[in-house]
Amino acid sequence: MSYSACVEASGIRGPSLQSAGSTDRTPESSIGRCLQTNTKSGNRRVTGESPAARRHRGDSSRISAMLQLPLVVTAQVDLVLVLVSLLALWTRLSRLSYPNAVVFDEVYYGQFVSLYMKRVFFIDDSGPPLGHMILALGAYLGGFDGNFVWNRIGAEYPSSVSVWSLRVLPALCGALCVPLVYLLTLELRFSHLSALGAAVLLLLENSLIVQSRFMLLESVLIFLVLLAFFSYLRFHNAPTSSWFRYVWLLLSGISCAAAVGVKYMGLFSYLLLLGVAFLHTWNLIGDQSVSHLNVCVQCVCRVVCLLVVPVLLYVFWFYLHLSLLNRSGPHDQLMSSAFQASLQGGLSRITQGQPLEVAYGSQVTLRSSASQPIPCWLHSHKANYPVRYENGRGSSHQQQVTCYPFKDVNNWWIIKHPGRQELVVDTPPRPVRHGDVIQLVHGMTSRFLNSHDVAAPMSPHAQEVSGYVDFNVSMPAQNLWKVDISNREAESEVWKTILSEVRLVHVNTSAVLKLSGVSLPDWGFRQLEVVAEKLFKAHGSSLGWNVEEHRYGTSQEPKEREAELHSPTHIDVDRKISFWAKFLELQWKMLAVKQEESEHKYSSAPLEWITMETNIAYWLHATTNAQIHLIGNPVSWGVANLSLLAYQLLAAVYMLRRRRGFKDLPDGTHRQADRFYYEEVQMFSADRCLICVFHSVPYCVTVCVCVCVCVCVCVCVCVCVCVCVPSAVWDQFVCLGCVCVGGWVVNFVPFLLMEKTLFLYHYLPALCYLYLLSPALLEHTHTHLLRYTHTHTHTLTNTHTLTNTHTPAQVHDVAAQ
Amino acid sequence: MFSFLMAKEECISQRNKTEHSSILRNRKNIPTSLKTSQAPFTSVSKDKISQTAGHSSEDDNQSSNGSSAQLFTRRHGESPVKVLLLLVVGLSFSTRLYKITEPPHVCWDETHFGKMGSYYINRTFFFDVHPPLGKMLIGLAGYMTGYDGTFPFIKPGDKYEQHNYWGMRGFCAVLGSFLPIFAYLILLELSQSHTAAFISAILLIFDTGCITISQYILLDPILMFFIMAAVLSMVKFNQQRYRPFTASWWFWLVLTGVNLAGAFGVKFVGLFVILLVGLNTIWDLWRLLGDLSLSLVDVAKHFLARVVGLILLPLFLYVTIFAVHFVVLNKSGPGDGFFSSAFQSRLMGNNLYNASMPEYLAYGSTITVKNLRIAGGYLHSHWHLYPEGVGSRQQQVTAYSHKDYNNLWLVHRQDDNNSQSGSPDLVRHGDIIRLEHKETTRNLHSHLHEAPLTKKHFQVTGYGINGTGDTNDLWQLEVCGGRKGDLVKVLRSKVRFLHRATGCVLYSSGKTLPKWGWEQVEVTCSPYLKETPSSQWNIEDHINPKLPNISLSVLKPHFLEILLESHIVMIRGNSGLKPKDNEMNSKPWHWPINYQGLRFSGVNETEYRVYLLGNPVVWWLNLASLGLYLIMVAVASITIQRGFSLGPKRIEQSQVLMRGGGLLLLGWLLHYAPFYTMGRVLYYHHYFPAMLFSSMLTGITVDILLNSADLLLQPPYSDWMQRVGQMVLLLSVLYSFYLFHPLSYGMTGPLAHEPGSTMAGLKWMDSWEF
Repeated sequence: MSYSACVEASGIRGPSLQSAGSTDRTPESSIGRCLQTNTKSGNRRVTGESPAARRHRGDSSRISAMLQLPLVVTAQVDLVLVLVSLLALWTRLSRLSYPNAVVFDEVYYGQFVSLYMKRVFFIDDSGPPLGHMILALGAYLGGFDGNFVWNRIGAEYPSSVSVWSLRVLPALCGALCVPLVYLLTLELRFSHLSALGAAVLLLLENSLIVQSRFMLLESVLIFLVLLAFFSYLRFHNAPTSSWFRYVWLLLSGISCAAAVGVKYMGLFSYLLLLGVAFLHTWNLIGDQSVSHLNVCVQCVCRVVCLLVVPVLLYVFWFYLHLSLLNRSGPHDQLMSSAFQASLQGGLSRITQGQPLEVAYGSQVTLRSSASQPIPCWLHSHKANYPVRYENGRGSSHQQQVTCYPFKDVNNWWIIKHPGRQELVVDTPPRPVRHGDVIQLVHGMTSRFLNSHDVAAPMSPHAQEVSGYVDFNVSMPAQNLWKVDISNREAESEVWKTILSEVRLVHVNTSAVLKLSGVSLPDWGFRQLEVVAEKLFKAHGSSLGWNVEEHRYGTSQEPKEREAELHSPTHIDVDRKISFWAKFLELQWKMLAVKQEESEHKYSSAPLEWITMETNIAYWLHATTNAQIHLIGNPVSWGVANLSLLAYQLLAAVYMLRRRRGFKDLPDGTHRQADRFYYEEVQMFSADRCLICVFHSVPYCVTVCVCVCVCVCVCVCVCVCVCVCVPSAVWDQFVCLGCVCVGGWVVNFVPFLLMEKTLFLYHYLPALCYLYLLSPALLEHTHTHLLRYTHTHTHTLTNTHTLTNTHTPAQVHDVAAQ
Repeated sequence: MFSFLMAKEECISQRNKTEHSSILRNRKNIPTSLKTSQAPFTSVSKDKISQTAGHSSEDDNQSSNGSSAQLFTRRHGESPVKVLLLLVVGLSFSTRLYKITEPPHVCWDETHFGKMGSYYINRTFFFDVHPPLGKMLIGLAGYMTGYDGTFPFIKPGDKYEQHNYWGMRGFCAVLGSFLPIFAYLILLELSQSHTAAFISAILLIFDTGCITISQYILLDPILMFFIMAAVLSMVKFNQQRYRPFTASWWFWLVLTGVNLAGAFGVKFVGLFVILLVGLNTIWDLWRLLGDLSLSLVDVAKHFLARVVGLILLPLFLYVTIFAVHFVVLNKSGPGDGFFSSAFQSRLMGNNLYNASMPEYLAYGSTITVKNLRIAGGYLHSHWHLYPEGVGSRQQQVTAYSHKDYNNLWLVHRQDDNNSQSGSPDLVRHGDIIRLEHKETTRNLHSHLHEAPLTKKHFQVTGYGINGTGDTNDLWQLEVCGGRKGDLVKVLRSKVRFLHRATGCVLYSSGKTLPKWGWEQVEVTCSPYLKETPSSQWNIEDHINPKLPNISLSVLKPHFLEILLESHIVMIRGNSGLKPKDNEMNSKPWHWPINYQGLRFSGVNETEYRVYLLGNPVVWWLNLASLGLYLIMVAVASITIQRGFSLGPKRIEQSQVLMRGGGLLLLGWLLHYAPFYTMGRVLYYHHYFPAMLFSSMLTGITVDILLNSADLLLQPPYSDWMQRVGQMVLLLSVLYSFYLFHPLSYGMTGPLAHEPGSTMAGLKWMDSWEF
């Protein structure tokens, strides 16, 4: 295997151009430029002349070349890159449809894919919708119709489901990570050898292979994060004069938005990238050689590409999500009535054509705005509070008022004017406005909604709410409620169906009607408790109520009214809420909905990830006992941990020495030459030393973690101090630390603070950063740390094609891992 | 005190003099500063800082008066400035000590900390989630002022009557009075501007929240005193950097260490100020390391000096505090059950103190079984079933830290129920036993159901009736490290209970059960047989009338063991403080916007009401100036980075803004941001240390903003504008204090939303509850 950067596979080429094209080819020139047409490369390589002369010469030579020669294409292909890409594709894509059964979290993501296919609305608090959409895209391309119940791990897929197409997109992303890591190492300005090392580490990491081969999202996330960093560094390394580099910046912004859109975890890497970009921008601001205008324009470009575009795109994912899912479904209940009414079917079928303005005499159902613990409607029924509760406290023994999570005829209430007896709507209707005082009559039992200074059954600090019965003289009726529309726009706004969020303030005690969220015991049929509580004690959405079903009452007689309540409502009016309102509501719900804490059989704590203590059994065949497990490659895992430790020690030593005025790392002038010249013997001795060092370091992981965290803080603090010294190697080292160690820190440390159930696969993004770090660090050690031992044998040779002398290095590199 | 203001310019002038003379003068200073530490105000131990500083610099002045006439004249010119400091001291003490005895009943957390003060006076052992220094000082203050520790402090609202409570309150109030003074001095060091210092002192003096929280028997004034003292001595120490290893340098270094120990010894929140000082020290060392004129030996000396002054000394003091704590509290009290059996044997009056019980475990005995995990609790059961959906609906078995008759278990043979006559058989290693819960007569039972919280383990329940159950009730008892036939020693043997049918081991997971389990600790049966303290138990009480009682000298624990154990118990206790359902849950984002206060006393119209709420003008000004500060720093740093030339005044301003302001901003962040990650229940008063930093930052920001008026206006007008701005600020703070002072000093009569109230029209936010 030859370690050559670009093998020129070309046909015949023009003599003048050939020399221009091949001189000055440094290993720096990256793969993107390896595929160049003859003319383009010629144009770019001729330097050191005035632009006019260059243009003239270029034009004339091009013309002469065109005249003399047939059309020629010179292509330079990095065979190593192609090879690792092919290997990656092979490891990730071969036998993709085996096992033909639901594997681990496919059971979770699968249900959302089905819902996408059926275009049924759902809400998933685990992450933004883009990831699900990508999986659904694969399913869509494979012709999946959504008719498969993902009910258990291990269930066989029917033949109608194209398993391959379900899994191909994540697998493709996983495969592309490998060449991307290769390119990223090059952009970090390390050698092709290091790049190959990183690619091999990633290629042979079995946990990444497992995670990529199924319908899961980690590989997509890793791909997008790597892409973001790659394109950002591409932008940063490009010459400042070219405007084309902003395309890379834009790509970086887009992939950041996509990464955050796949999983919230992408946010950590996005923030890191913003931090790195900020440091670079800060240096730019300090660069006096750039004009003010130029600095302003560049800053604005960066802000647009890295802040504005990602935010807009993030919203755009939701726009796609909401426009794809337009039918009502099982998660409707979590959303507000207005949101539900905007979906096809479900509530909108019922509420279509309801009168908009609530008037005196309206028959309404009142839904609590709180979605915790479950959505429910204000309810009453023919049962009283028990005279004495179990704990000996007394009650008013009046009719129960509860909140009931199912549609029921007992959910209907009639709005009555306190001064009048009629329960029908006048013509024209007299609408209820903000600040009006009303009474609420229960439709089926004709009791008034009442509250008084009696402790509520389950929340004794709050007032009881009851349907008032007039048999206890000592307890007068206190059934006046003031309508307080909390989302009003004008002072005397009319109470609107669905749209208005209303607080019902008790006039006598100024307490507010509230869903306490506690379940009543058996005497209350386990329905939810409703209380009245002083405003300052209660918070947020548990106070709000909105009218969901609504019609104008027409019958005065109780019997007729009952019949009326039983009849469904039907009239036609369309009521839509804007996209922004839907987006904000959905986003808020996703962040606020808390899943129940539960320990999983295969869950693990973050500190266990470093030692890889817990594996996850992904799939087990019932009869043949064939299994798939998620577990890392222990060798590369160990290498990753060691390199993390080594980097931090090295950084600490460097920084302390720099502070004392020792510049260990030289300026960048000799670097490229140094890097590619080694003699075999030195190679081996050097590597042997390294290996010895590695083996002598005790594999003590807890210490490692503590040191890591401490040192990382120092690194972050000190990097800012040290960056100001311009030195290319030092910059390279710092940049490596910022991206790789920083990436590990931001993707690992936050998990230590999280209280949710975590799995080994949450560590994979952090691990990828370490795999980037390991070979680069090895190279760094080689080039600079061990430089003193054989400085005298160095001759500065400028080699643009790398020769076979480097093969041992590479072999050894792999062996060391 | 007067001449303290000179300290700053002294420092500056000394910097210019030769090192030699400064050392000489400082040598002269040491004795005086030590002598004068017994100065008039020292009712409190730690208020030396300002005192000594003041006196030492006065001494400096006198010594150099003859030679420097120039200094003398400057001193004359700044005489109004002395008035400023006097004003701050006077106002601060008078606002805090005014109406200190009102209301004459227990307010809010006085019920805890007053009670704990009494415990120290009575020498009764108790358990609290905070380290002991604060409560010790409260107890000491009470003891010195004639409080005898007899008041029970049962609940808020109890009348003190004849008990001497004013001493404890006064002590806290005096410490609280030092906060504005410290703020003044800190800002003077950081910004060299009397205006900035005065602004922040005024903000703190007239903040109703700071007044209220200083006036009662609470830990917060003590904590904040130490925090501010630590910051002040740190800043002073920074000022000494041009004359290292002199006496004053050492003095401030040691004082910083002492205050750090104090802050951490009062509450764990003191950790944040330790972080602040730590970061500052790291920065300082980094600077020294980069100073190539210093040899590495010098750098090492600096490093070691800081290790000694800021790590070893505070650590030593902190351990000493605990040693005093354990020596003073030597009687059994309400906190015993939280600690291990060995710990309890130290406490007079505990049943394990000079314990006397049958030595070896026997059949038919009544025992309590304690988990060996620290703060593990007793094996417990009660008349409640596991709720539906949690394994089988059998009786709950939990671990419970309090002593209770439900912790008693009977030891039976595997088959027979009633122990035979005659001397009972002893239990041996490897025996199969059955444990019957004495109160409910259910057997300790386990089966193949998931445990409620630790899903990988099996559920443990109480099963059967009158001791008759099934084969799942059988447990094999093993002594750790024992051999077949070994006897089980009470208290000293570590035992494991292996479930016979499933092979799992009885285990306490340490997780708190939800409300259905009365928030007790989960007990499971773990299929993993790893030997951890969680799966080991010891027999603590052992009652068997048929066996002779033998006095056991229980292994007395080592001091460091006690220290470690009490810390783990405290940390467990702290994280176990989860919000209750009905309790108002305060969120960190509420605090800077002054969203909601805390009721210290009184609810109704007839009661004497005190409400802890910051002066909204001050707090909102703080919030606004935080934003303003960020903008100003951004502008300043971009200007410098871009290389624009600035006048010397601007450069100096931006230095103050970035260095001084940066330090304060860091302090604010360190005392505020960590609360977002805390799982425990949070209260409004947790913000007060951060609020001190925020107010100081406001001082710097506003002062520099007003000073920058000349960017907009010509010189005479800009001066006028500056004066007008300062006056407006001062008057608005004063007026708002006049409006809101009833919050601190108490109010009666109608509530604020009614027209006749003293606070009518002042309920600016609906969430305020007065």
